[in-house]
Amino acid sequence: MTALESANQIKARFGDLVSEPAEFRSEITLKIADAEKIFDICSFAKGIGFDYLVDITSIDNYGEDPRWTVLYHLRAIGNGTEFRIKIDVSEEKSEIPSVLPIWRTANWHEREIYDMMGIRFRGHPDLRRILMWEGYPHHPLRKDFPLAGKPTELPGVAFTRVTPMEGGPFVTLPSSGDSIEREPRVRVPEQAEPGISDKRLK
Amino acid sequence: MQSQTEYGYNSKIEGDVVLTTVDAALAWFRANSVWPMPMGLACCAIELMAVGASRFDISRFGSEVMRFSPRQSDCMIVAGTVTYKMAGSLKRIYDQMAEPKWVIAMGACASTGGMYRSYATLQGVDNIVPVDVYVSGCPPRPEAVLDALMKIQEKIKKEPVLQDLVAFKQLAGK
Amino acid sequence: MATVQDIEIHDSAARTAAAAEELQDVQGERMVLNMGPSHPATHGVLRIVLELDGEVITKADPDVGYLHRGDEKIAENMTYTQFIPYTDRLDYLAPLASNVAYALAVEKLLGIHEKLPPRCQYIRVMCCELARISAHLLGLGAFGMDAGAITIFLLTFTEREKIYNLAEAASGARLTTSYTRIGGLMRDIPPNWCAQVKQFCDEFEVALAEVETLLTRNRIWVDRLRDVGVVSKEMAIDYGLSGPNLRGSGVDWDLRKHQPYLCYQDMEFDIPIGSVGDSYDRYMVRQEEMRQSVRILRQCLQKIPGGWGNEAKEPVNIADGKITLPSKQKVLSSMEELIHQFMLVTEGVNCPPGEIYFGHENPKGELGFYINSKGGGTPYRLKIRSPSFVNLSILSEVLPGCMVSDVPVVLGSLDFVMGECDR
Repeated sequence: MTALESANQIKARFGDLVSEPAEFRSEITLKIADAEKIFDICSFAKGIGFDYLVDITSIDNYGEDPRWTVLYHLRAIGNGTEFRIKIDVSEEKSEIPSVLPIWRTANWHEREIYDMMGIRFRGHPDLRRILMWEGYPHHPLRKDFPLAGKPTELPGVAFTRVTPMEGGPFVTLPSSGDSIEREPRVRVPEQAEPGISDKRLK
Repeated sequence: MQSQTEYGYNSKIEGDVVLTTVDAALAWFRANSVWPMPMGLACCAIELMAVGASRFDISRFGSEVMRFSPRQSDCMIVAGTVTYKMAGSLKRIYDQMAEPKWVIAMGACASTGGMYRSYATLQGVDNIVPVDVYVSGCPPRPEAVLDALMKIQEKIKKEPVLQDLVAFKQLAGK
Repeated sequence: MATVQDIEIHDSAARTAAAAEELQDVQGERMVLNMGPSHPATHGVLRIVLELDGEVITKADPDVGYLHRGDEKIAENMTYTQFIPYTDRLDYLAPLASNVAYALAVEKLLGIHEKLPPRCQYIRVMCCELARISAHLLGLGAFGMDAGAITIFLLTFTEREKIYNLAEAASGARLTTSYTRIGGLMRDIPPNWCAQVKQFCDEFEVALAEVETLLTRNRIWVDRLRDVGVVSKEMAIDYGLSGPNLRGSGVDWDLRKHQPYLCYQDMEFDIPIGSVGDSYDRYMVRQEEMRQSVRILRQCLQKIPGGWGNEAKEPVNIADGKITLPSKQKVLSSMEELIHQFMLVTEGVNCPPGEIYFGHENPKGELGFYINSKGGGTPYRLKIRSPSFVNLSILSEVLPGCMVSDVPVVLGSLDFVMGECDR
């Protein structure tokens, strides 16, 4: 059964909840309208043979609503088919059901997403930070968190300081607009605190 | 003790020959048996292991004993990126080492944070421990690490151990 | 005191229950042992909090993140080419393999990963297999040293030095090679590289046989590794293991065979699969994989387009000015190449908007890159699916029931690397 057939099977079962399978570079992506239904859809997917969860990824769509996108990359080890499920989570909610009962590998993936992005997983038995330390107040991978970091102090555990960026990382913008807009320059999100980079260009 | 006892020469005229000779001997012993405490954190640890292996033998410098026990080691080689999470453990291990101790910051990440200018990386291990020798490179070649070890040996050979001890005791005695 | 208690508890059954409970408190006392971040047997900065009942482990909680350097956030602030050195330092035992994985991921996003020049594909396969041998050798050496077989460390490191020589000849650096570029390689291999690889293959098979005689039928080694850290097939798939750990548990899954990339379809090689899923199986799978890697290397040497010296001047970079840097003479004399050079260096390779995931068979498992691009030369989100991160999650399941001295064996047989786990 190819990935497209499996995706169509899911669409047939769940109807309007699931979008049409999108294909890019021979990869199938399904978009789910309601984030709460992810558990049912994943259980069904495991039932039709997708027993291997490759990865769970989170994306911060800063400036858009809903802010978070969570992707589940599934694979059937038996025949090697894979496809991706995409759900959107709004910032006010920032919570989705955990798929740990379906695949136990989701444990650490979800802990990492909680640590880096701040999305909570309902039903996760042990949702604590995994890469940063317990008590670190920020979620580093969010777009409004600067690369240089923010100063924190947790006596006895750890401390952080702002890294000297010497003008900041020079990032280009996607190629639209003229060369002045596209030019590599420091780009900081609006809500970042002043003084993080040494020289901020507008 | 108030005045120097006579050793068969007048130390005020000829200088502290005995102390300097004993000093030189002590420094020679110490320099040729620097036991490293390998704080192997990241990629530099692999080059540190290569230094310990048979091609770039570190044991010909007397540093074969790479035990992970801080109490039994002289020189901490910080090999790899120090993150803020690891900094506490590193400082604690440094504090547990017995005097005299030295630190080699091996590689760009240990010296200044390297290419990891981010929220989680300590920008140089000298923010938490005093460093004696910085080795540049990412990772440094094993020959560079051996060169750093030789610089530490030079530093050790210049230390006036017994003279300082005698002077301190004289000061404390007064 | 005891007499007061005797008077108070009248019911003999309750008294027996109380006595049993008291005994339980003394017998069932658990000790919490911290196998700290700085430990010789943890292969990097891993902290495991063990709860022990005597010598037997009852609970194990791995604590990772001591080498978390913020790679994914750094990637959002760099062009695709500028991120290549960071991929070296992910799995620093096999940097060539991680380089190839990342380059293939970006090339998949561009849509050119199947249109690479054939010579480039063969060189990349050779680099991957050399990296595989190098990583397995170090895993074996460190594993042996932790379990007590210290000679193995020196033997394997001697062979690794030969691979370091090859890497240095090809890319300029022993360890952190940064050899691949988007669309090809940094430069072609030097003229006598293939001869050196052939010599390495011949010498390596002899050394591998020597390691085999020292370990494989060694009574102590077998006793320490047999039935220790058993991971069943279902558990391996459920926990998302990959690479030799998955194959050691009996699952037939290798990305080189099932989702082939580069020129692996033209190569003949076998995939070793374990039967029991214990540490000994994982060790044997890695041994056999090294032999198969030598087999692949020999086939590459035979079939490489352009031959060993590349007299025909086969290209190693894709001939597209918007992806590969043009040659310096053209840049300094012709306008079009100058513009390409400028755009590629300042803005990076212009990738179309979209998202891809590319999984690569790294020595440690499946290294995957998920790239979400909104166009332009910088990724919007780069997620690194690290095999060591996923492999380590099984520790809390596998360690309880083992003894404390089995911990180095389990850790060594899982063969993870913290640079990749924490990114």
